Amino acid sequence: MFKKLFKPLFKKLDSVLRGVGHRIIDRLWRLGSGLRFFFYILLYSGESFRRIHLTIREIYFTGVMSLIIILVSAFFVGMVLALQGYNTLQRYGSSEAIGVLVALSLVRELGPVVTALLFAGRAGTAITAEIGLMKATEQLSAMEMMAVSPIARVVAPRFWAGVISMPLLAALFSMVGVLGGYMVAVPLIGVDSGAFWSQMQANVDFREDIINGVIKSCVFGVACTMIALFEGFDAPPTAEGVSRATTRTVVNSSLAVLALDFVMTSFMINV
Amino acid sequence: MERTTMDLWVGLFAAAGAAALIGLALKVGNLTTANIGDTYTVTAAFENIGGLKPRAPVKSAGVVVGRVDGIQFDSKTYEALVTIKVDKRFPFPKDTFANIYTAGLLGEQYIGLEAGGEPDALKNGDRIAHTQDAVVLEKMISNFLYNKASETNTKQQAE
Repeated sequence: MFKKLFKPLFKKLDSVLRGVGHRIIDRLWRLGSGLRFFFYILLYSGESFRRIHLTIREIYFTGVMSLIIILVSAFFVGMVLALQGYNTLQRYGSSEAIGVLVALSLVRELGPVVTALLFAGRAGTAITAEIGLMKATEQLSAMEMMAVSPIARVVAPRFWAGVISMPLLAALFSMVGVLGGYMVAVPLIGVDSGAFWSQMQANVDFREDIINGVIKSCVFGVACTMIALFEGFDAPPTAEGVSRATTRTVVNSSLAVLALDFVMTSFMINV
Repeated sequence: MERTTMDLWVGLFAAAGAAALIGLALKVGNLTTANIGDTYTVTAAFENIGGLKPRAPVKSAGVVVGRVDGIQFDSKTYEALVTIKVDKRFPFPKDTFANIYTAGLLGEQYIGLEAGGEPDALKNGDRIAHTQDAVVLEKMISNFLYNKASETNTKQQAE
């Protein structure tokens, strides 16, 4: 009787545990094949550098084509930062510190992070969809058939294009954001232009702030591009599979960027 | 080579990115102001440095003449030993006063140098003898309260 009562419960528990275990093992499997994929990219990089025009073509599609969205958002982010910062700072009578506020928040955090999020949405999805569709239409198998490694021909150029583009885009984001903040703070609000720049220069350190921001954006470049490439390469070769992979690219890239940002910031800032 | 327009755009993009980085370094950051050329190093001992930090400015008459290079604790005298880098263009006499001031009421702290009258100038590795500690707000308040209390006590006793 005891057995009879608990049998369905055990069955339920069993299936739940199986599901959890399956998911964990699946994640580990994907992590492992992702790492293998990463090593293959590094291995075939030399071969793809020999045909550098492939990488330049991809820099055009991922970097140059992302410029407009990056620059426009940077300008607006800078302007909003200046407006919000002024609102609080003027209560303490230190509205000249607005330059410091805008520059530090852009160079340290918002420049790399927002650029990476926009990059994941603008360029990462395109990479995933393109490679997923190449796989679905068997273009990658065709390349292998012709003894052309798809990793050297398709994947590695896109990887290096992303890694090169991201720091450049982040630097442009920070610079244009500072200019946006200047446009609001000096002509619109009437903060003194000299105090705006001199306070900024006195408090933004080249090594501590600017170089750390560049390091962050390089790491984000590797993470975003890797995730986009792997999701595309790993996608089931169906319409549904490609669409799911594209969604996963955005979700995973954003989470990876924010988590990595926290980890790196905690190393960079001495509390 | 055929894709010339694409190469041009990528070149422009790379140039703009590099220019932005240089712009950040020069216009936003302190790459131009941090390096103050040739310097000489002097030390000064303080009993209390308050919130002084490395890289804090060293000013004389309000003009930045150097930077704090490092702060150590001297376990023999129980004092803070501050290393200061001063621009070679500004020699200071040997009996210069080094004071720790606060910019504004709650601002960051800096070292103010007040020149004395001796003819000899400070050399590399010299030690500034006359120093004045940072003002600690809590100490001042407790001193003030203590004085007030003892004042009222003596008044009562006199009555």
